[in-house]
Amino acid sequence: MKFTEEHEWLKVEGELIVVGITDHASSQLGDIVFIELPEEGTTVSKDDEIVVIESVKAASDILSPLDGEIVEINEMLVDEPSKVNDDPMGDAWFFKIKPDNSEQINEYMDEAAYTKLIG
Amino acid sequence: MSDKPMHTPLNRLHQNNNARMTAFAGYDMPLQYENGIMSEHLHTRRQAGLFDVSHMGQIVLRGNDFNQVADALETLIPMEVKTLQVDRQRYGFFTNSTGGILDDFMFSNRGDHIYMVVNASRKEDDIKHLREHLEPLGVSVKNLENRALIALQGPASEKVLSEHYPKISNMQFMDVSTIPIAGAECWISRSGYTGEDGFEISIPNKAAENVTETLLKHKSVELVGLGARDSLRLEAGLCLYGQDIDTKTSPVAAGLKWAMHKSRLSEGQKEESFPGANIILSEIENGSEYKFAGFVPLGKAPIRRDTQLFENGALSVPVGRITSGLFSPTQKHPIAVGYIKNEFSHLGSRVNAQVRGKLLEIEVTSLPFVKKKYKKN
Repeated sequence: MKFTEEHEWLKVEGELIVVGITDHASSQLGDIVFIELPEEGTTVSKDDEIVVIESVKAASDILSPLDGEIVEINEMLVDEPSKVNDDPMGDAWFFKIKPDNSEQINEYMDEAAYTKLIG
Repeated sequence: MSDKPMHTPLNRLHQNNNARMTAFAGYDMPLQYENGIMSEHLHTRRQAGLFDVSHMGQIVLRGNDFNQVADALETLIPMEVKTLQVDRQRYGFFTNSTGGILDDFMFSNRGDHIYMVVNASRKEDDIKHLREHLEPLGVSVKNLENRALIALQGPASEKVLSEHYPKISNMQFMDVSTIPIAGAECWISRSGYTGEDGFEISIPNKAAENVTETLLKHKSVELVGLGARDSLRLEAGLCLYGQDIDTKTSPVAAGLKWAMHKSRLSEGQKEESFPGANIILSEIENGSEYKFAGFVPLGKAPIRRDTQLFENGALSVPVGRITSGLFSPTQKHPIAVGYIKNEFSHLGSRVNAQVRGKLLEIEVTSLPFVKKKYKKN
């Protein structure tokens, strides 16, 4: 698993990368009440704002960590956004992306480096 | 104001309870505790929430007697002060010469003086304003830096305080009193900012931590941060100064006409009986262009502050704007308040909110979103 400075996790699943947010991010955001996901089939570039995630008080954007195509989104989160608080590293993944370049993921941190970042 | 955040007398208590702190009006304040905004909000609606609001300004106005102080304060506000009975509290606001609002506050008649609670973000300016205008009239203005302020809000509040002072049940909404809690002289008012029954409690700084700890021992009481304070007040349809009302807001547009007294606004009065009186009088007569209203988005996305509202199909000129918006923990859907042109302000009227480039439908609804539960016999 890899981690971004934006507190996303990336997990390789065959030729796809599954993306979600970390425990740390979910706890910092507080009670999540709304999630807007990109449409399946959307072509995205790294740093595109592709997910909107809102808590009671505030809205945040999630950036695409990679260039590629969104091939699957986690529809469950639209009806049950609070799942992101319950299981951010598991069931509450956001989307699966087919990367243009399978090496791009390697620029991100491993778990040890991320743990150090959030200290 | 220096860059270093100020601390309330309860700062150590917040740290001990693992509060997530945030900067607010120059103070380091608890945004939330471990349970989070949603849970703290619902706990306040069901039992009792305890809030540190010591950042707010507590001010005492003194003169020869109450009437002198009341006369002086009336020169700055469109409310009657002299008719306020002893140990009763009233809502008020300072107007400016252009008919806007300088701050809103609570004031009470404490027999020989007036006690006020003003917004944290405005207290320095309020004190300057009061000193400039009241000192020449022989009224002294004292900023009480030696007292903390907490709010106990929710249906269990009366029961909690009755363990310290059994006669608390005799108090009605907007009554004030001085009672002992854990040996400290506390000034309490039966009021608050959540729409629930509850109390605001002023405590000498030295006793603040002990009184708060004592109240927290009750099984119904939990700490609540500023995050839930905001969602609670919005559900109750209460304006937040600096957000929903400010120096450019007309109290008529803001729906605060109810707080102004007829006797202060009638033709017989001197024209400048308080700042901006002429403008406010003319707005009452002719109506204001915009109206403060509640909104419910038809979709699931919260509509936040500064979102522009448009008439269907007409995107060039906004017909309104949102001033506060969030997800309602009680109603489980987004709610918002803001200003909308009169012609679009009727209940059920639908307009479009522009959010992240998309148009989302939003409907005008009545305020409050959650019924107020004040103790009134």
